[in-house]
Amino acid sequence: MISPEEFYLRTRRDFLATSASGLGGVALAHMLGSDANAAENALTHFAPRAKRCIFLFMAGAPSQLDLFDYKPKLNELDGKKMDPSILEKMRFAFLKKESATLMGSKRTFHKHGQAGMWFSDLLPHLASCADDLCMIKSMHTTQFNHHPGQLMMQCGEPHFGLPSIGSWLTYGLGSENENLPGYVVLLAGRGSSGGATLYQSGFLPSSFAGVRFRNGDEPVLNLRNPKGISPGVQRRGLDALRKLNGIAHESIRDPEIESRIAAYELAFRMQTAAPELADLSGESEKTLEAYGVDRVDPATGGRGKGGSRTWSTFSRNCLLARRLAERGVRFVNLIHASWDQHSNLDKELEFNAGMSDQPVAALIADLKERGLLDETLVVWGGEFGRTPLGENRPGRKPNTGRDHHPNAFTMFMAGGGVKPGFHYGETDDIGWEPASNPVHVNDFHATLLHLFGIDHLKLTHRHGGADKRLTSLTRESKVIHDLLT
Amino acid sequence: MKLASKSCLPFTLILSATAPGLAEPIDFNRDIQPLLNKHCAECHGGVKQRGDLNLTSRALAQAGGKSGEPLLVSGRPEESELFLRLTHDDVDLRMPPKTPLKEREISLIQNWIRQGASWPEHWAYLPLKKASPPKVLKQDWPANEIDHFILHRIEKEGLKPSPPAMPGSLLRRLSLDLTGLPPTVEELQSFQSAWQTDPEVSLEAAVDRLLASPHFGERWGRHWLDQARYADSDGYEKDNPRPNAWLWRDWVIRSINDDMPFDQFTIEQLAGDLLQDADSSQNLATAFHRQTLRNTEGGTDPEEDRVKRVIDRVATTTRTWLGLTLECAQCHDHPYDPLTQLDFYRLYAFFNEADEGEVQIPVDTGKTLKAAVMKGHGKRKTYLFHRGDFLQPEKDKGVIHPGGISSLHPLHSPAGNPSRMDLAKWISSRENPLIARVTTNTIWLHLFGSGLVLSPENFGSQGQRPTHPELLSWLADFFIESGWSRKEVIRKIVTSQTYRQSSRHRLEYTSHDPENRLLHRQNRKRVEAEIIRDLHLSVAGLLNAETGGESHFPPIPEDVAAQSFANNFKWNVSKGDNRYRRGMYTFFKRTAPAPNLMTFDCPDSNTSVTQRNVSNTPLMALATLQNIVFHEASQALARRIEENPALTNNQQRVAYLFQLALSRLPEKNELHIVLGLLKENHSHYLDHPDQTRELCGENNPSLAAWTATVRIITNLDEFITCP
Repeated sequence: MISPEEFYLRTRRDFLATSASGLGGVALAHMLGSDANAAENALTHFAPRAKRCIFLFMAGAPSQLDLFDYKPKLNELDGKKMDPSILEKMRFAFLKKESATLMGSKRTFHKHGQAGMWFSDLLPHLASCADDLCMIKSMHTTQFNHHPGQLMMQCGEPHFGLPSIGSWLTYGLGSENENLPGYVVLLAGRGSSGGATLYQSGFLPSSFAGVRFRNGDEPVLNLRNPKGISPGVQRRGLDALRKLNGIAHESIRDPEIESRIAAYELAFRMQTAAPELADLSGESEKTLEAYGVDRVDPATGGRGKGGSRTWSTFSRNCLLARRLAERGVRFVNLIHASWDQHSNLDKELEFNAGMSDQPVAALIADLKERGLLDETLVVWGGEFGRTPLGENRPGRKPNTGRDHHPNAFTMFMAGGGVKPGFHYGETDDIGWEPASNPVHVNDFHATLLHLFGIDHLKLTHRHGGADKRLTSLTRESKVIHDLLT
Repeated sequence: MKLASKSCLPFTLILSATAPGLAEPIDFNRDIQPLLNKHCAECHGGVKQRGDLNLTSRALAQAGGKSGEPLLVSGRPEESELFLRLTHDDVDLRMPPKTPLKEREISLIQNWIRQGASWPEHWAYLPLKKASPPKVLKQDWPANEIDHFILHRIEKEGLKPSPPAMPGSLLRRLSLDLTGLPPTVEELQSFQSAWQTDPEVSLEAAVDRLLASPHFGERWGRHWLDQARYADSDGYEKDNPRPNAWLWRDWVIRSINDDMPFDQFTIEQLAGDLLQDADSSQNLATAFHRQTLRNTEGGTDPEEDRVKRVIDRVATTTRTWLGLTLECAQCHDHPYDPLTQLDFYRLYAFFNEADEGEVQIPVDTGKTLKAAVMKGHGKRKTYLFHRGDFLQPEKDKGVIHPGGISSLHPLHSPAGNPSRMDLAKWISSRENPLIARVTTNTIWLHLFGSGLVLSPENFGSQGQRPTHPELLSWLADFFIESGWSRKEVIRKIVTSQTYRQSSRHRLEYTSHDPENRLLHRQNRKRVEAEIIRDLHLSVAGLLNAETGGESHFPPIPEDVAAQSFANNFKWNVSKGDNRYRRGMYTFFKRTAPAPNLMTFDCPDSNTSVTQRNVSNTPLMALATLQNIVFHEASQALARRIEENPALTNNQQRVAYLFQLALSRLPEKNELHIVLGLLKENHSHYLDHPDQTRELCGENNPSLAAWTATVRIITNLDEFITCP
């Protein structure tokens, strides 16, 4: 039996946990007392380096071989077949093994920064940030289809019903802003394969799900009062609501009612805070220009295009990400979906790289200038890579694109306690698989949580008979300490 | 490996001296099993058996241990290897290797062995016992057997039950729990007057009426749809629509309204196609297992996707009917429970042999529609998959034949090679200790907010033990004896005094029973996503209460529909009052589900869910304050109040509003607040004709004031909470 004080703490904690869009989290719960699920989760086992994360998810899988992973040997072998014994074990989405040939990159590559980091000509702005980036060229995953691969990257396993990275972080640490949700999702272009499953909270309460911020004047769904309800009418109504809920609480004593009162008050504050966040009128000309907020999509679009203003939407999202980070929002997932270049690679990648290059570089520089980069982890990458072999699916012009490749891909990070100007892991001569320092997606997750001071084995939640965590229960995942400052 | 066992003795003695509550009887399930699971199972469980030791059951534990030392010697911890290794002073021999157990934990194990090391079978696998209801002191309290079990515990702990809820509150609770719709003002008033005459008779009549309502099947069907991961689209990248998925959804509603016996309900869904002379409805029933996701993304290996669906069928079947997490045994034996990898693949073989097919279903219009169902039994062979990978069948271990779980009751197969029908009968057998426990626990959960077993999807050793094991056993037995009637179980529960208690929190018990595990009161429950919508539409008089039929498309934000991949799908908003159908008829697109459902914890339908989350967020507040459907409901509700000729003054109107929305009259202070708000709103809209027109479509300040006022009442915590 527990003491009244403990009961108070427990109800207080339940209150915080269930209303945790802006507050709460297990860490806070832990500070307030212990319970069955949270007690084991003594958080911040290590001094946290990162306080928030901006994850730029380039869904569809960007071609690492045409952006980062320079392979002169692959160019030499262009048109040649691969050793069939290597291909035998491989599974591809579309590629026909028998007739597939290697495909060199048409891009030109140069080294940048003190570490001599390779970038193709498609990423001039990011190349100029080389000294701030920590690049992993030896990423690998277990999945070769989009939706499972995206779940693997965002939720740690290729299954449904699991919390995403942002859910785990807000569950563990809460948010630092009382007026905004702790986990925000920004979309540009058309939808990703995974849709909303990439930012739902799985078996954690929906208060830990990503809240989608929209473009336009209603950044959060249902933010605007119905027509004819003025702010004054709204406020008077909410005052009455609070009083009536208060009367009910007096008599029923259910702490859930207090939680509801708090949720309505936060909703009201969000009505001001969210439009203020989305209002870029206070940003300088220089900033808007650096992010490219007014850019117009080039005429040659391809499948990267979703609507007519993908570039400016993406730029705006990058700027919003900074504004969210500034306001202490824990996790921002910025999703762009269209990197699946099975054909027409040159044109489409040019479009996508052009979209991403300038604003992401601007975001990193901007965070740095404002002193936010040290505590903000920026991540850029997709769910897997693309094949060194050209795609030769019947019925299409061969070798104008690349197929899905789980064996090796590139991601980069910046800030938040990762080594700047550092590249880690190499692939073999043709970029087929890691030749040194392979990094499994779950190792990446373990490392990410570590940067937040969290032991990935200890941030758990009991579900379906097991203490689930972000990293797979059936694999021994490890923190890649070499990546940390 | 020989141990210098004497070396631990001094340590042992110290422990005994400090061990708390030596006389306290140790309960294996409560005290010991959790320790074994936590500290030992990782190396000595189903996954790994270091030193050949497996601690998942007594039999396995006794058999194992490479050292040959006796693991447990009843009454003698100092001769029991289990205890000796926990306390060994040689760090290399002490278990667990890294961190020794805490003193308190070691002394628990020591006392347990001293008390005889009793290791009973896991409670959930024990046969059902017709437990007789225990005696109670307060003999005039119980209305039926359930109350004896509950009151017995309450009294044992020195507590008292709560007084019954007010009649209006009780009717609201019953209506929401049984049909998901609030009582009408007329129903409320006639119930209250009948209550004056005879509470028991009026309660029975109300329960009869609600159990017979067509909305009963909707309410309880939706719970089943959660478990069946029902949706109107394929899922994954393409997420193609399944335009006829509703045929099976309606089968569920019908079957539950007809109170189809649960054993038959089980057999038809798992193997209806194999029944002799199966009719179209019995074939349709098997669509339960066509609710699996389907990946048609380019490049997907169809066989891999088929295997995934088969695995999902095994996992969903065992979770839904048996409360077991057998999916853990896909790659290895279950880490905590006596479930083997072989068990998994024996069940897998049943579903592996089944084919996916289609069947023509006649519908009301005289036409027929195609429904996706399961069919017959194919010729596929089943092998163990190495680490669950379908590309690595372990053919050297031979073909796996269909069969039951070896640690449960035997699976009978009159025809030799067991069929899916044999599986269905094995699951719905009276010998099965799990099905009735699991099912009645889930029913209990929907009526009390939490189950007697708090982990309704896991009755294994990692799940929670029941708070009232005898009651659960009694209920399960009653369920079977009633002919597997869900309605009878529900009737029994809702007519108990336990159910009828007030849900008011009792501060005097906050330290003794803070989470109300003893049920010293009823629990308040926030209603589910669909019901929140139904409530708003219902009190507004907008609800189109038609039952069944195609799924509908209420308005959702354009960008949500567009989120669905490659815009392969158009969300064409339903015309007329079809936009006001009940929430459960909203078309469920797996990758772009309707926000009004998801904001309120509707499951994403990608996996089977027995108990929904209940969160409480500002996004919910924004939805019910601002979203179009709720706003339209406020506008209609305001007219219903303002234009009602029977109501002659505002006091009467507020009273009517409260009865309609909250099933009760306002208290004086509440009336004061609402009338005050109404007055303020009225003077605001008198001064703002533009806003008045925007709000209610005409320059009617009174109607505008009511619109701005009723929306506050329908945003009260009480409005969306089952009292």
